[in-house]
Formats: sequence, structure tokens, C-alpha cells
Amino acid sequence: MSKNVEYGLFIDFGSTFTKVVLLDLDNLIVAGRTQRPSTVDTDITIALTAAMEDIKEILGGEVPYRYKLATSSAAGGLKMAAIGLVPELTVEAAKRAALGAGAKITGVYAYQLTRKELEEIERASLDLILLAGGTEGGEQDTIISNAEKLAGLGDLHVPIIVAGNKTASDEVSSILASRGKDHVITDNVMPEIGVLEVDKVRAIIRELFISRIIEAKGLKNAEEFIDEILMPTPTAVLAAARLLAEGADGEEGLGELAILDIGGATTDVHSVAKGDPTEPGLVKKGLPEPYVKRTVEGDLGMRYNASTIVQVAGEEFFSEDRSNSEIDLHNSVSRFVRNPETLPESEEDKVLDINLARAATRFAMERHAGQIETTYGPSGSVYIQYGKDLRGLKTVIGTGGPLIFGSAPDLIIREVLFSEDNPFSLCPRNPKFYIDREYLLYAVGLLSEKEPLKALKLGKKYLKRLNNHRA
Amino acid sequence: MKQMRLVIGVIGVDAHVVGNKLMENALRQAGFKVTNIGTFVTQQDFIKAAIETNAEAILVGTLCGHGELDCQGFREACIEAGRGDIHLIIGGNLVVGKQDFKGVAEKFTGMGFNRVYPPGVSPNMVIKDLKEDLGVSEE
Repeated sequence: MSKNVEYGLFIDFGSTFTKVVLLDLDNLIVAGRTQRPSTVDTDITIALTAAMEDIKEILGGEVPYRYKLATSSAAGGLKMAAIGLVPELTVEAAKRAALGAGAKITGVYAYQLTRKELEEIERASLDLILLAGGTEGGEQDTIISNAEKLAGLGDLHVPIIVAGNKTASDEVSSILASRGKDHVITDNVMPEIGVLEVDKVRAIIRELFISRIIEAKGLKNAEEFIDEILMPTPTAVLAAARLLAEGADGEEGLGELAILDIGGATTDVHSVAKGDPTEPGLVKKGLPEPYVKRTVEGDLGMRYNASTIVQVAGEEFFSEDRSNSEIDLHNSVSRFVRNPETLPESEEDKVLDINLARAATRFAMERHAGQIETTYGPSGSVYIQYGKDLRGLKTVIGTGGPLIFGSAPDLIIREVLFSEDNPFSLCPRNPKFYIDREYLLYAVGLLSEKEPLKALKLGKKYLKRLNNHRA
Repeated sequence: MKQMRLVIGVIGVDAHVVGNKLMENALRQAGFKVTNIGTFVTQQDFIKAAIETNAEAILVGTLCGHGELDCQGFREACIEAGRGDIHLIIGGNLVVGKQDFKGVAEKFTGMGFNRVYPPGVSPNMVIKDLKEDLGVSEE
């Protein structure tokens, strides 16, 4: 333990592990780290106390911490439903606002809610509902009727964020208030067709997360030991992505980039990039893309959703370099699904793990990146771009177990690359690859709120460069 | 007086944006609330925008001459989407070659368009008709 050194403690309350990283804020190094199985079901502070003991041991005693900050994805993360009018318009806008705030979206609903959908909403043990619909001065019947239906759900006790047509907001507010439903009225997520206004909604989600949800999930006890649980874990990763891309206080960033996060339940892709067309003659269509964008693939998780990865990718994906039979594949995959804590030990499991991660990576990136559609007109073919063109992206950062701890991060991360087999998918052509080898991105995101320059330097320092050449 | 809401755009694989911008400006100046969804617009794009904005009318522009094919089933699609009541207008270079406009107009009214305009129509004419059709009183 060095005297007079300032330390920061950064905690991630995950659903399986409570992870702690200790940063030396003067020398900008990772001074220690530990993880303990999470104890959300009983008392979250049990795991935390144990982890703090580990850290004390590393330091050889008690030290004052400059910061003790935490993120949380425990107890199912920040579960939200997004409700709007037309699927491609206000529903999509609401979904993007929620995803960008680090939410886990359990349901997306368009038009008037049906009884079946309402039952689903009531059963989903949500943390928040985002209710949109109608542009400013536009359609208002749907949002009013949906507010009435939500108000009628006796067992629904979660805050409702109303971000639809402002003409309807007074009526929506009185309907919700009359049935005692907690709600916040804010700016329309889509004030005009083709205009996304997600910042206000994201800020409100963040406030509610801190003021209400932490407590509702039984995480409040932890605040006796730490300063604050600031945000959901994905939000911290998104903050790190933005900081690493843009730089801070005169220190240069890495420029536009994407972060790939392969997890047990989902695979997330974050991009900080404008995504404008990289070649002439492309016509951009669809909703404008948020500069900082997060997508979450709920069917591409290394454990909980290992079997859907196989369905999405097809068995051929796993037969390429695999001598085992189909039956073995299914047996191994269902073993992973049943035991999400499985770490690959046998040679077969290691190969399977790599292939699952490769498939998750490929499909998560293809869905995140934009695509080109060809249509034919009087003057020949016309190329229309939907989503972000990421072909010119210079940096891709990988995080999550298979990339950090696995034996073949290079094989996995290469799956983000643009491929001539699917030339209409606008994936990066020739980026530099980095691995978040210390699992530090969430801590970088947390620290960026307090000391962006230090966060940036630490983040850059601990990214490990991979070479791009085929192994 | 209630401000009438319009969705305008250029249908199909058609990039002709000049007339579209001129119409947008003229309609705005005439007091309409205009949502311009630009070029390369599909029927579904028009209808979805009309639903969210609760528009009273859709103004379809076309210059490439493929209007007939692009517009088939437009009214039916509106009905399907619950907006069968919407006022539908089309104008521009509706067909290829020199065809008698009367015949062309009949073809499009047969498809459910309320007003059909020939190439080179003045925006003032369209505005006058719109006000009349939507019941906007001249002050």
C-alpha cells in the first residue's frame, strides 16, 4: 500500500458476480480487483462486504477512497417496456431512447394495447414503462387510450415516462394520476417524423434509476458502504465508449468506434459514430441514427441463449471446424443453457465456446450496422442505405468473458468484419482491434463522470491491441 | 382555425426533389402544417407518417412516370391502416409519354385519389382546392 496515493473503488453489481476494481488515481494503474458471487436475493451487501475485505487485503489495510461508485445490472437489469403508435416510428424511437439509457427491453408495443399485451406488461416485473405515440400536434387517441388501459392495471406499480404528443399529455397525466399511477411527462421522443429527441428521456430514466429503482431492487443497502450507484452497467459502458471516442480535456480519443460486449444473456454493440454513407450514390433512408447507439441482442447470449445462437447461425456454422456430431452439439449447448455458470474446460467446450462467441459477434454486428437495399428505377439501380455505414470505422473494442478470458479473442472479434459474402451489410472493413483485458470499461465510464481525463488515460492504457491478421 | 396537417413526398424510385421543396414552401406559407418525408417514399411510408401526425391529407408527388404502378392500391392500404377517410392528392408527371390528361386523371380518381393534377400545375391551384376540400375558410 502506498501512502498518499488516491484510490477509487468501482463496483459492478452484476446478476452473477459483484465485481470490484481498485484504481490508483495518481499513477493511473489498476491496483487490484476481485469478484464475489452476487447476493441480490438475500442482501446485496454480503457480497460487497466480502469483496471489500479482499480489497483491504490487497492494500494491506484501510485507505480512504476518493470515490466509491457503482453500476448495477443485478436483479434483471433495468427492465423496461416501450410503447408507441407506429412500429417504425414512435415505437422505434421509444425503443432507442430506452436502449440508449441502458435498459433491458422486455416488450415493445404498437397501436392500442390488447388485453393479452396488458397481461404481459403486468407480469413482466418491469422497472419502468416508456409511453410514446403521435408527433407534436399529431395523433393522440392511441396514447390516451393506452394510458387508460395502463391506469386500469391494478398490479402495475412502476413509474411511467410519458414522451408522446404533447397535445395529449395533460389528459394522459390526469388519467394516470386519477388511478394513482406514478408518472413523469417529458418531451416527445419523436416531435416530427424523422426527428428523434431521446436525450430528455434518457436523462429521466437515469434519474428514476437512481432515485427509485435502486431502492426497489434492494440495492439501497449498498449505499451505506459506497457513495452512489450511479447508473445501469450498460450506460457506464456507453459513457466509456463516448469518452474513448471523443477524448477529453485536450487528450485525444480514438475517434469513432464500436464496442462489442458478449455476455451470458445478451450481446450488446455500442457505436459512437455518425455512420454517414462512405461512398457516393447512396441514398439514406429510415429514422436518423443516434450518434451514440446501443443495440442489445437478447437471442445471442453465450449461456442463457446459447441454443438460440445455434438456431440463428445454423448448425453449419458449428460444423466447419468441428469433428463432433450434431447430437454432441445439442447436448453441449443445452448443458450450457442449464448451467449458465459453466466455464469451458474440456477442449470441445472451448471450441464450442469460441464458435458461439463468433456467431454472436457476427449477427450482433450485422444487426447493429446498417444495410444497403437495392431498388430499380428508370435510370438503373438505386442503392438505399438504412442505418449506420460503419465500413470506415477505425476502432473496435471487445469486452465480455469470451474475449477477455478465452483463448481466441482474435478469431471471435474478426467476425465483426465486413464480408464480401454479405456486401450489403455495412460492417467495419479494416478496424484496429482492442480488448478490454482488465474488464475496465464500466469503471472508465463511472470515472468519466468525475475525472474524464484520468478515465480516458486509464481506458486507453489498459486496452490491449490485437493484430488483425488471420491466425 | 384548426391548422390542417399534410404529409407530402415523392413516391417510388424517384429522386426529383425540386418540385417537392417548392410545394412544401408554398403549403407552409399558406398555413398548413407540413410533414415532408422527401423522396424515394413508399406507400407505407406515407401512411405511417399520416397516422403519427394524424394528417388530413396526403400529397403524392411523382415525376418519373411510374406513378400508376407506384400508386396501385394506395387507397386500399389507407383503409387497411384505419385512415380510409384521408384526402389523397397526386400531381406531377404521372405517366410516360403523351397521354390525354383526362384519361390519366380518371385512372387515378378510379384508384381513390380525390384530386389529380397535371404536370406544371401551380401550387396556388392546389392550395385553393385543398382549402376548399378540407373546409378551411379563407380569412
